[in-house]
Amino acid sequence: MAALTAARSGARVIVADEQSEFGGGLLGTGIEVGGMVARKWVQKMVEALAKWPEVMMLSRSTVTGYHDHNFLVINERRTHHLSNPASLMSRERMWRVRAKQVVLATGAIERPLVFTDNDRPGVMLASAVSVYMKRYAAVPGRSLVVFTNNDSAYRVVHDAIDAGVVVKGVVDLRDDGVSAAADAARCAGVPVYLGHAVTAVKSNFRGVKRINIGRLSADGRSVVAHKGAIECDVLAMSGGWNPTVHLHAQSGGRPVFDETNACFFPGVSVQAERSTGACAGEFDLSLCLVRAVEAASEALRQVGIDPVTVDTPGTAQHSEAPLRALWSIPGDPVMPRGKKFVDYQNDTTEADIRLAAREGYRSIEHVKRYTALGFGTDQGKLGNVNGMAILADALGQSPGAIGTTTYRPNYTPVTFGAIAGRAVGEVLFDPIRRTPMHEWHVEKGAAFEDVGQWKRPWYYPLPGEDREKAVSRECLATRQSVGILDASTLGKIEITGRDAAELLDRIYTNAWKSLSVGRCRYGLMLGEDGMVMDDGVTSRLSEHRYLMTTTTGGAAHVLNWLERWLQTEWPELEVFLTSVTDRWSVTSIAGPKSRELLESLSEGIDLSPETLPFMSFCEGHVAGIAARVFRISFSGEVAYEINVSADQGLSLWRTVMEAGKPFGITPYGTDAMHVLRAEKGYVIVGQDTDGSVTPIDLGMDWIVSKKKDFIGKRSLSRADTARANRKQLVGLKTENSTVVLPEGAQLVNGFSSSRPVPMVGHVTSSYFSATLGYSIALALIKGGRARLGGTVYAPLLDGQLIKATITEPVFYDSDNVRQRD
Amino acid sequence: MKHSALQIFRQAWSSHRKWPRTWSSPEPKPAYDVVIVGGGGHGLATAFYLASEHGIRNVAVLEKGWIGGGNTGRNTTIVRSNYLLDGNEPFYEWSLKLWEGLEQSLNYNVMMSQRGVINLFHSDSQRDGFIRRGNAMLMHGADAKLMDRDELEKVLPYLDFDNARFPVLGGLCQPRGGTARHDAVAWGFARAADQLGVDIIQNCEVTGMRIKDGAIDGLDTTRGFIGAGKVGLAVAGNSSRLASMAGLRLPLESHVLQAFVSESIKPLVDTVVTFGAGHFYVSQSDKGGLVFGGDLDGYNSYAQRGNLPTAEHIMESGMAMMPCLGRVRVVRHWGGVMDMTMDGSPIIGLTPVTGLYLNGGWCYGGFKATPGSGWVFAYTLARGEPHRLNAAYRLDRFSAGRIIDEKGVGPQPNLH
Ligand SMILES: Cc1cc2nc3c(=O)[nH]c(=O)nc-3n(C[C@H](O)[C@H](O)[C@H](O)COP(=O)(O)OP(=O)(O)OC[C@H]3O[C@@H](n4cnc5c(N)ncnc54)[C@H](O)[C@@H]3O)c2cc1C
Repeated sequence: MAALTAARSGARVIVADEQSEFGGGLLGTGIEVGGMVARKWVQKMVEALAKWPEVMMLSRSTVTGYHDHNFLVINERRTHHLSNPASLMSRERMWRVRAKQVVLATGAIERPLVFTDNDRPGVMLASAVSVYMKRYAAVPGRSLVVFTNNDSAYRVVHDAIDAGVVVKGVVDLRDDGVSAAADAARCAGVPVYLGHAVTAVKSNFRGVKRINIGRLSADGRSVVAHKGAIECDVLAMSGGWNPTVHLHAQSGGRPVFDETNACFFPGVSVQAERSTGACAGEFDLSLCLVRAVEAASEALRQVGIDPVTVDTPGTAQHSEAPLRALWSIPGDPVMPRGKKFVDYQNDTTEADIRLAAREGYRSIEHVKRYTALGFGTDQGKLGNVNGMAILADALGQSPGAIGTTTYRPNYTPVTFGAIAGRAVGEVLFDPIRRTPMHEWHVEKGAAFEDVGQWKRPWYYPLPGEDREKAVSRECLATRQSVGILDASTLGKIEITGRDAAELLDRIYTNAWKSLSVGRCRYGLMLGEDGMVMDDGVTSRLSEHRYLMTTTTGGAAHVLNWLERWLQTEWPELEVFLTSVTDRWSVTSIAGPKSRELLESLSEGIDLSPETLPFMSFCEGHVAGIAARVFRISFSGEVAYEINVSADQGLSLWRTVMEAGKPFGITPYGTDAMHVLRAEKGYVIVGQDTDGSVTPIDLGMDWIVSKKKDFIGKRSLSRADTARANRKQLVGLKTENSTVVLPEGAQLVNGFSSSRPVPMVGHVTSSYFSATLGYSIALALIKGGRARLGGTVYAPLLDGQLIKATITEPVFYDSDNVRQRD
Repeated sequence: MKHSALQIFRQAWSSHRKWPRTWSSPEPKPAYDVVIVGGGGHGLATAFYLASEHGIRNVAVLEKGWIGGGNTGRNTTIVRSNYLLDGNEPFYEWSLKLWEGLEQSLNYNVMMSQRGVINLFHSDSQRDGFIRRGNAMLMHGADAKLMDRDELEKVLPYLDFDNARFPVLGGLCQPRGGTARHDAVAWGFARAADQLGVDIIQNCEVTGMRIKDGAIDGLDTTRGFIGAGKVGLAVAGNSSRLASMAGLRLPLESHVLQAFVSESIKPLVDTVVTFGAGHFYVSQSDKGGLVFGGDLDGYNSYAQRGNLPTAEHIMESGMAMMPCLGRVRVVRHWGGVMDMTMDGSPIIGLTPVTGLYLNGGWCYGGFKATPGSGWVFAYTLARGEPHRLNAAYRLDRFSAGRIIDEKGVGPQPNLH
């Protein structure tokens, strides 16, 4: 009714219901609505709703989570009921809904009674017995006894008689105020035992065989007389109804205990949400329908829609006598045997809860955790309220004072798969980024390395070569002639605007305003703590336009970093940032023959060291393709980074390879790149630094401006950051020059078999240098700069100790002659 | 009463009617020598060690709700000491040693299970990082083992070795790591402390602090004023709130972290495993549910609930690591408030207010620290100065730059 009201009034509506068909509780009853059987009426309503284009009807769809800002998650099961689903159809779908208004009409769930042997097969909820018979035309047994504390369970008496099931009797905990329901049952020839309780259930492997009943004392705490046994194979029980307040509670509402109905009702709404019908504690059908229209109308008004008037259909009015809340039903007075289960999934019994209370676990949360009450997949939908009330009884309080445990998502369990959705598998979990030249690398059998999301060629093994051999060959070729590296993955950020240089000045440790157009400069950026965060070369493309490069893995972080400062701290700066990483492909050629090679391919570019010195760039054509050529080096050789538009990258690469043949051009991967730069003592941020390293620790004082301010500057003068004995970057040479230290090895001053051993530093980078003919390493060592020439040891996992000498971190061409050439 | 097999037999004989209360809940006294604020694992452990190690028994633990109801009862229960840095590893290793004998010293079953913690790595640089960490652990006297792919295939056959976006190359294992039952830890400490005379006072929220001449005098609470010679704060996610009552601003932010539990399934995960290419860690409880989690939600909050995007990322990472999880159903998820510091390491020590001591900044790794934290905090409270093991965790380390940044991500609390 609520949906129809909203639809007719012109709202966009989603109706979500967890069952396979709409109708909720009406599906399992024989009640008449609007002059027809409930099921028929439901069908008509569904048809009417389906006519509205703005109404979306989701069955098999459970609202599993109600989050902040009226954000609801609906889990739709699409294929579970199909015997032969289309192969590409997703099994489940998660709807994420940001609703302006929510009407909760989630009904109520029947409560079991807590009595001896209430777990025997054949003991069922009364409503379940009705649903079997009325909705599915299946009888759960041949002879039935009903055990109840309220009127609603009397319906099953008539449903059973309709279905041809023999009803042996109704055992009603209530004594006085004989209700109309009891009379009706008696009229149908069913004995009603008022003021009685089931005291034991006898069963065999088939299930229930017989029950014992006894007369209750006035306070209901004991059984005063054994009444006799009744043969039956189904016992339908009803302990009243719990409104399904879960979503209301998830949205932030706090359910309140209603003494009359002995259950929790929704409390004050915190979000744009209202409950209606049984979930709001309204158990009369005709009133439910009226309230639903009211709830929808109120919701509509909240969003500025005038609700139309909708008439509700008539149903049979009936008044119910109040229930009798007897939370724990006494067992056989003579032979008290058997257990009274509260949580059917976790076998938590009434005795367990009382024991918990005796042992001092008195908060309902403690009881839950001590007894596992409500820890099952139903999260206590059946047992929790009974459990809380039993605890209240044990402590002499009211259930309202005990309160509930916290209602949390998921309302019913949801699969990993549904939540993860399509973001699974090799391709969709996390995007794979490939450079424009990727195809070529694959053709050449490159081994790849994951760097962030990128696939980078690691090394290019020739037949018969292992990683070590390949890397040595690649290094030597680059030092002796020319090597080629795909450097497209480096982060590239274009920085434009009047204050671009000012931004660079604040972000980097060195000065930028003096950089002239056409020149490049290396920069280090620090976090607020003064620790090295990222590095790269930035070039001045024109007056107010710079191209910043970052490390491959740090690109996104650096862009966020710059944006964060610009947007939150320096909004007065006129600077615009654009990520252009994917826009350009970068072919880097390095080695003594690189200039000759590039000269053979370029037009309109003067590559002479006078016009294009180290750390400068120019524009022109390479192999007929418009290019920016940067003379930057990470290998210590003369090197050029040729940037062309990404779609031309592969073609340029192939042309360079072709033209390089006479020079024996050799592609090299990240591994060789690492060796080449380590020979030169160039650090890799993230490998030789770990977030606790300052530029001073790296021996890079020269790049830290004393004059201007920059992020991290103040932190550098903190007592500990300015301390002399910090870990500093040094080189290591092993005593046995062929032994390569493992990266990550810890360094100690000498052998010791006791633990702990003081560690003086660790190895950050370590390789065998084919060029030098010995192994080299970079390390961070406490007070390392003062220990040049000294000795340290690296204890290995197998107990070996490697001896090494501390050296300068630059192993090759320390005067930088080669790259400037 | 001491727990023992004989005791169980005896109690069964009297139909379990004679079990005493695990801890008594006395009315607060007007004043105590030491008042601990926060009845989580850390607060209760502190009280226990004050009484057992230092003979200080006129102690109260004030808890605003029910003991263990904060992060102690919300976490994913992973216990380990696989830290890298000098300031951290000795402390966590000491804590792990205490865990190893905890059930005996408390005479309470905390279900400590040393099933091993394996951190997977997926790249060369991650491997280097783990070698460094593993070596540091060994040098410190802890245990560590680098496992290659072949070994992992034997113990974690369910991982997606071949097809993963980020293939599993190996893992760093700490065999002595594992899990413990979080609630039982709180209850066990409470029981043991109670038996030594400590007052555990629940439903008692501290609402203000009285400070006289720069020294703590006592606390205003929802159950009246309680005088105190010394006060120890152990309130995790509420540290900044409590500190502000003393006029202090702490270098930390409060963030939400979620945890999840699946339906019970047959034994599948018999260690703790963490994914290295996304945020996901998982273990399996004795009941069969997978207990797992991932990263912070990312925004500052005191709300003990999380949102969907982080949940999605966690499920995605879980399935990337273990595709077999696809049809496993997640029953419930919840959140806890994390006291995230600027360097990701805790703060245990003195404050500018005389007699007021702080234990906080646990980020999302404080459960494993519970016994160690209580032990050093008790020492600090008793002696008025930090123990060697928590000397590095001083509050003023940030201004001096003595940061202990395991992850190396800098002073951004939500990245630790
Ligand atoms: C989802 C999640 C997963 C985690 N996973 C792990 C893990 O796997 N391994 C690990 O080692 N750690 C983990 N942690 C962290 C760990 O749970 C915490 O660091 C640790 O439990 C903190 O213990 P505590 O005793 O300091 O705090 P808490 O247990 O939070 O106790 C603080 C107590 O102080 C009380 N309090 C607050 N304000 C007041 C006041 N004004 N007056 C009185 N009392 C007050 C609170 O009610 C609370 O009970 C996780 C945390 C979360 C939330």
